[in-house]
Amino acid sequence: MPVNYMLPEFEVERSDYRCIRCRVCERQCSNGVHRYDIDGDVILSDEYKCVDCQRCVCLCPTHALKIKKNEASLRENFNWKQNTILEIYKQANTGGVLLSSMGNPEPFPVYWDKILINASQVTNPSIDPLREPMETRVFLGKKPHDITRDENGNINTELPPQIELELPVMFSAMSYGSISYNAHKSLATAAEALGICYNTGEGGLHEDFYQYGKNTIVQVASGRFGVYKDYLEAGAAIEIKMGQGAKPGIGGHLPGAKVQADVSKTRMIPEGSDAISPAPHHDIYSIEDLRQLVFSLKEATDYKKPVIVKVAAVHNIAAIASGIARSGADIIAIDGFRGGTGAAPTRIRDNVGIPIELALAAVDKRLRDEGIRQNVSLVVGGSVRSASDVVKAIALGADACYIATSALLALGCHLCRTCQSGKCNWGIATQDPELVKRLNPETGKERLINLLTAWKHEIKEMMGLMGINSIEALRGNRLMLRGVGLNEKELEILGISHAGE
Amino acid sequence: MVSLDAKVLNHQSLNQQIKSAGEEIELDNVLGQRFIAAGVSDKSIEIHGTPGNALGAYLNGAVINVYGNAQDAVGDTMNSGQINVFGNIGDAAGYAMRGGRIFVLGNAGYRAGIHMKAYKEHIPVMIIGGKAGSFLGEYQAGGIIIVLGLSDDDSDIVSNFPCTGMHGGRMYLRSKCEGIHFPHQVTAKTADHEDIDDIRGYVTEFCEIFGYDAEEILDADFTVITPDSRNPYQQMYVAN
Repeated sequence: MPVNYMLPEFEVERSDYRCIRCRVCERQCSNGVHRYDIDGDVILSDEYKCVDCQRCVCLCPTHALKIKKNEASLRENFNWKQNTILEIYKQANTGGVLLSSMGNPEPFPVYWDKILINASQVTNPSIDPLREPMETRVFLGKKPHDITRDENGNINTELPPQIELELPVMFSAMSYGSISYNAHKSLATAAEALGICYNTGEGGLHEDFYQYGKNTIVQVASGRFGVYKDYLEAGAAIEIKMGQGAKPGIGGHLPGAKVQADVSKTRMIPEGSDAISPAPHHDIYSIEDLRQLVFSLKEATDYKKPVIVKVAAVHNIAAIASGIARSGADIIAIDGFRGGTGAAPTRIRDNVGIPIELALAAVDKRLRDEGIRQNVSLVVGGSVRSASDVVKAIALGADACYIATSALLALGCHLCRTCQSGKCNWGIATQDPELVKRLNPETGKERLINLLTAWKHEIKEMMGLMGINSIEALRGNRLMLRGVGLNEKELEILGISHAGE
Repeated sequence: MVSLDAKVLNHQSLNQQIKSAGEEIELDNVLGQRFIAAGVSDKSIEIHGTPGNALGAYLNGAVINVYGNAQDAVGDTMNSGQINVFGNIGDAAGYAMRGGRIFVLGNAGYRAGIHMKAYKEHIPVMIIGGKAGSFLGEYQAGGIIIVLGLSDDDSDIVSNFPCTGMHGGRMYLRSKCEGIHFPHQVTAKTADHEDIDDIRGYVTEFCEIFGYDAEEILDADFTVITPDSRNPYQQMYVAN
C-alpha cells in the first residue's frame, strides 16, 4: 500500500486491567476502529478510523477506554500547523475538496463572550421570577405601523399572520436526510411540548410528522424538495432558504447514498439520486424576484402563513436585510458564520461569513433607522449556546433565536464534526437503521424539553435581575449590555458602551 | 362555466375569486396578474390575455389553458395538473416541477425545466413547440423535456448551455443538434425507435391540443440526451 502520509488524529487508550473483552466497543463503532483478536484475546484499535465521537468511551461498562488527542505529532510550527499540513496531504492524496461538518471551529472572536449583562441595584428594583409573573412569550411576524380604528372607534385587532412561541427559541433547519427520523421526531415532539417550533430544513416533511404542523416551520430551498400544497399548508410558517451560515453562497448536496426509500419519499425525488440544491434560486436575482417567491407562497396558502426569509450573515447584511424587509417577508432569519451543518467544504465553513452578533446589531439598527423594523421580526442563529446568549441576542435586537447545535448536543451529539460520513454513532446524522435506533425519540424529546425548560428559567432570572418582566421590554434594549475587551469600532457596530461606562 | 373579468383585479382579489368560483372558470382581460391559480387543484381555467409571472405555481391538479403568451416562472414547483400555453412563455418555466404537463405552442425563454424532478408515478413532461433559450434543463433530475422546434426561423433549437448539471430524466430535441455543445456529464445520441415510442403518447397529446399531426412531427431526427450519472459530484470531496 502506498504511504498516505497521514497521522492518526486520536489515540485509543485501553486499560487492559479494566477491559473484560465484552466487545461492546467493537459493536458500537460504525467506523470499525475496534477489533477483537481471538488468538491473543485482545482488542486491537485502528486509530486512523477514529473520529473521537466518544461513543465507545461512554458505553464501555468498565470505563476501560479513553480517546485522546494523538501526542505523536509533527514538529511544532506556528505557521504550518499540524492540521494545515494534514489537509495538504489529504488533498494531495485524493484531489478532493475538503469536506467537514458542524460549525466553524477556528478561534475567531465570540462576541457573546465579550458582552456583559446589567443588573438592577438599589434604585431600580430587580424582580423575583419565582414570585412575579415573567412573560417569555413572543409573536413573530409583521406588526402594524399604527393603531387604526373602525368606523365605531374600535381598535382594529386584525394582525398579519404570526408565529406564537412560549419562549424566544426555536430549533433551526435540519433536513430529514441530513439527520435521522428519530432526531426529527425528538425535535418535533419537543417543540410541541414546549410550545415552540422546529424546522424541517429543505428535505420535505415526513408523513408521520404532519401532526406536529402547528409547531413546524417548513422550508423552501432552491431544490424545492418535497414542496407541494399540503406541505406548505402543514406548517406554522414557511421559510425560504436563501443562505446558511456554515456555507454562505453555496448550496446543499445530499449524496445519493443517503437518499434511501424514506428520504426519497419525503423529498419527492428518485431513490439513490443526488439531491442538489444549488446556492442561487435561479428565479431570484433581485429583491423584486424574492418578492415574487414570497407572494407566490402567500397566494398558495391564502395569506395565512408568515413567510421567513433566511440568509447567511455576510458583508453588507444590513442592506440585504433592508431589502428583505421590503420584499413582503414577515420574518428575517440570519445565520451567523459559526452555524453548524451536516456537510460543508472546510474552506467555506471556516472563512466565509461574519459573526451573528455583529450582523444582528447592524441589521436591527438599519431597520430602525429606516423606520421599517416593525415590518419584520428578526430571528438569529449561528451558535447560540446558552440562555445568556439568548438574552444578549434579544437585547441586541432579535425577536427570537434559532438553535441547532445546542439541540443536537442535547440529543447526544459529541461534536466530532463528521456528520458528512453518514456513520453517526449517536444515531443523529445518519440514515443507517441500526444507528438510527440508538437515539430513542422519547429520551431525545425529554432531553430537549429539559434543556429549554432550564434555559427558560435562566432567561427569566436574567430578565428579573435587570428589572424587566417581558421579552418585549428586553428587545433591542442595548443599555442592558456592556462590552469588555472590545475596540471602539466593535462597540460602535454592536451599539453598546464599554464596561465601566 | 364562471366568467371573471380580470381587468380591475389585482392578483390577490383575482385569486380569491378563482378559489371561490366553481370548477370551470374563464378569465378575460388578464393583464400581468401574477400567481394566478397558485396551488389550485381540481379546476379548469381558461385564460384570455397575458397572465403574469408564476402562473400555476405549486399547481396541484388544475388544468389551465392560456390563449396568449405567459410570462416567467410558469408552473413553478408544480405537483400535478396541466398548463397549455397557446403562445410563448418566459424564463424558468416548470422550475422544480415533479408532475403534470406544461405544453407550449411557441418558444420558451431561459432555464425552462430547471430542477425538473420525478417521483414514483409522477413523471413531469414539458413540451415546447418552438425553440428554447439558454440553460434548458439545468440541474434536471427527472422527467421529460421535449423541444420540437416547429418555428420557421433558422436559429438553433436550443440556445447555449443546455443540460448543465443534469443528473436525471431525459431531454428530446427535434434536431440533429449539430453545433450544439452539451456538457461532459451527459450523453447526446440520435433517438432510435424505442426512444421515439417512449414519447409518442406525449407528443400525440400535444398535437391534439395544438392541431398538429403527431406522426409528421415524430418523423424527423431527434437527439435524446441522458445523464451519465445520478451522482455527478461523488468523487469531488475528501473527508476532513
